[in-house]
Amino acid sequence: MDDFLVRALLGGLGVAAVAGALGCFVVWRRMAYFGDALAHSALLGVALGILLNVELSAGVIVVCVLLALILVALQRLRLLASDTLLGILAHSALALGLVAAAFIAPMRFDLLSYLFGDILAVTVTDLYWIYGGGMVVLAVLAAIWRPLLAITVDEELAQVDGVPVVAVRLAFMLLIAVVIAIALKIVGVLLITSLMIIPAATARRLARTPEQMAVYAGLIGCLAVAGGLAGSLAWDTPSGPSVVVAAALIFTLSALAPRRRGRAPLP
Amino acid sequence: MTADSHQAAILAEASGVDVAFGGRQVLAGVDLAVHEGEIVTLIGPNGAGKSTLVRVVLGLLRPLRGSVFLRAGTRIGYAPQHVAIDRTLPLTVRRFVSLSGAPARATILAALDEVGAARVIDSPVQDISGGEFRRVLLARALLREPDLLVLDEPVQGVDMTGQAELFELISEIRRRRGCGVLMVSHDLHLVMAATDQVVCLNSHVCCTGHPEAVSRHPAYLALFGPRVAAELALYAHRHDHRHDAAGKVVPIGSGDTGSEDGGRARG
Repeated sequence: MDDFLVRALLGGLGVAAVAGALGCFVVWRRMAYFGDALAHSALLGVALGILLNVELSAGVIVVCVLLALILVALQRLRLLASDTLLGILAHSALALGLVAAAFIAPMRFDLLSYLFGDILAVTVTDLYWIYGGGMVVLAVLAAIWRPLLAITVDEELAQVDGVPVVAVRLAFMLLIAVVIAIALKIVGVLLITSLMIIPAATARRLARTPEQMAVYAGLIGCLAVAGGLAGSLAWDTPSGPSVVVAAALIFTLSALAPRRRGRAPLP
Repeated sequence: MTADSHQAAILAEASGVDVAFGGRQVLAGVDLAVHEGEIVTLIGPNGAGKSTLVRVVLGLLRPLRGSVFLRAGTRIGYAPQHVAIDRTLPLTVRRFVSLSGAPARATILAALDEVGAARVIDSPVQDISGGEFRRVLLARALLREPDLLVLDEPVQGVDMTGQAELFELISEIRRRRGCGVLMVSHDLHLVMAATDQVVCLNSHVCCTGHPEAVSRHPAYLALFGPRVAAELALYAHRHDHRHDAAGKVVPIGSGDTGSEDGGRARG
C-alpha cells in the first residue's frame, strides 16, 4: 500500500473512532443541527487561520467555540426558536467563511477540499493532530462521561443532584469543536456531522448500554472509513463523500435487517 | 394553625418571592416553609406558579425579589413533573436511577422495592408505563437519601387507585425516613390524608394551613369549591379578593355587594 493511503486510512480511522463515540451524545441530546452549525463555521476558522497565519486547527476550534457561545447566549434570550437560530448562524458562518476565503490567493486555499475533505492528502502532521486531539477528546469524554450522561437525561435533575451543568455542557461543546477541527481534513465541513450521527444511529439497534453504543459507533465509523476509502480507490470517487456513502449504506443495511424478536434479559 | 407553631427545624424556606416571565407576574410575594418531617403540598390551578415556586426553592430559578433559605447540608431528592429521555439512549431503569452516584444493585433494588417498582429494574426506561415511571422517579429521589423530597405532580398520569396508593406511599416514606416533603398537586381531595400543610397558590398564597382548615377556607372554596369533585374542570373563581390591572391583590370590601369575580382560570 502506498504511504499516502496508509496515512489516509490511519487518519480516517482515528477521526471515525472519536466522532462516533462523541456522536452518540449529539444524537441523544438531539444536537445534530447544532453540530452542523458548528461544522459550517469551521470554514470561517480555516479562512481566518490562513489570513492571520495561525495553525488552521486552532483557528477552527476558536471559531467553533465562539459560535457555540454565541448560540447559547442567543438561546437564553428566547427571541427565536432554536432551529431558526441554528439556521441563521450556520449559514451566516458558512457564507462569512466563503467571503473571507475570497481574500486568500486561490493557490493557498482549495475550497473544495475544505468543503468535502481531502483524505488522500493527509500528512504526518495531520496524523499527529488527529491522534493527539483524538486522545484528548476521548480522555475528556471519559472523565465527564457520568455527568454528561446525567445532563443528557435531564439538566435540571442533574443540577439538583449537584452536577456542574454549565461547565459540563461547555466541555462537551469544546469536544465537538475539537472533533470538527480534526475531521475537517477527512470529510470536510459539509459532511462532518454525518460521521458523528450516522454511526451512532446505526449503533443504537445493537447496543444495550450507553457505553456499548459509543464503542459500536466508533467501530461502525471505522468500518465506513475503510469501506469508503476502498470504494473511492476502486471507482475513483471523491474520498470524503465516499466515506459518508459507506456509512449511510451500513446504516441502511442495519435498518433493513430483521429485528431480533423479544427482548433478551439485560446484563 | 400556622407553620410557626411547628417545633421542628426549618429545612427550606422561601420569603417574599417574586417571579415574572416576560413581564407576566407568575409569583408575587410568596412565602413558603418546609420543616423537618413535614409534608407540605402546593395546590392551585394550572399556571398558578406551583412548579415555578418549586424551581425557585430548588435553586433552578433565581427569583426577581425575595430569598430562599436551605438548611446547610440539606440533601434534596427531586422528582420533576416531566422527564423526556430520547429513545436513542439505551438506558435501563437501573442506570437511570443511578446516574448521580453509583449505588450497588441491592441498594437500587431496595429503593425500587420500597416504591413497588422492583420488577422494572432491567427494563429500558422509555418502555415502562407512566405510573411505573412516577414510582421510578420517586425511587431515584430516595436513592439520594434526602432530607427533603421535592415532588412535582408525583401522581401525574397515574389512575385514581394508583394516585391514592402513591400518596399513601409518600406519607409512609415520610414516616419511615423522617424527611420533609414538598409536593405539588392540583387536587386537594386526594392529598388531604397525606399532607400536614397545604399552601393554596394562585400567583400569591391564597391561604395556608392544615388540609381540613384549608378545605373550609373561603379563599380555597373560592378557588376550588364548586368543582372540587370534578378534578380538572374549569375552576369558578370566586375570590375574597380581586386583582387590579397590574395583578395586585385588592380586597373585596364587605360593602362591595354582589361583586362576584367573573374571571376564570383554566383548570
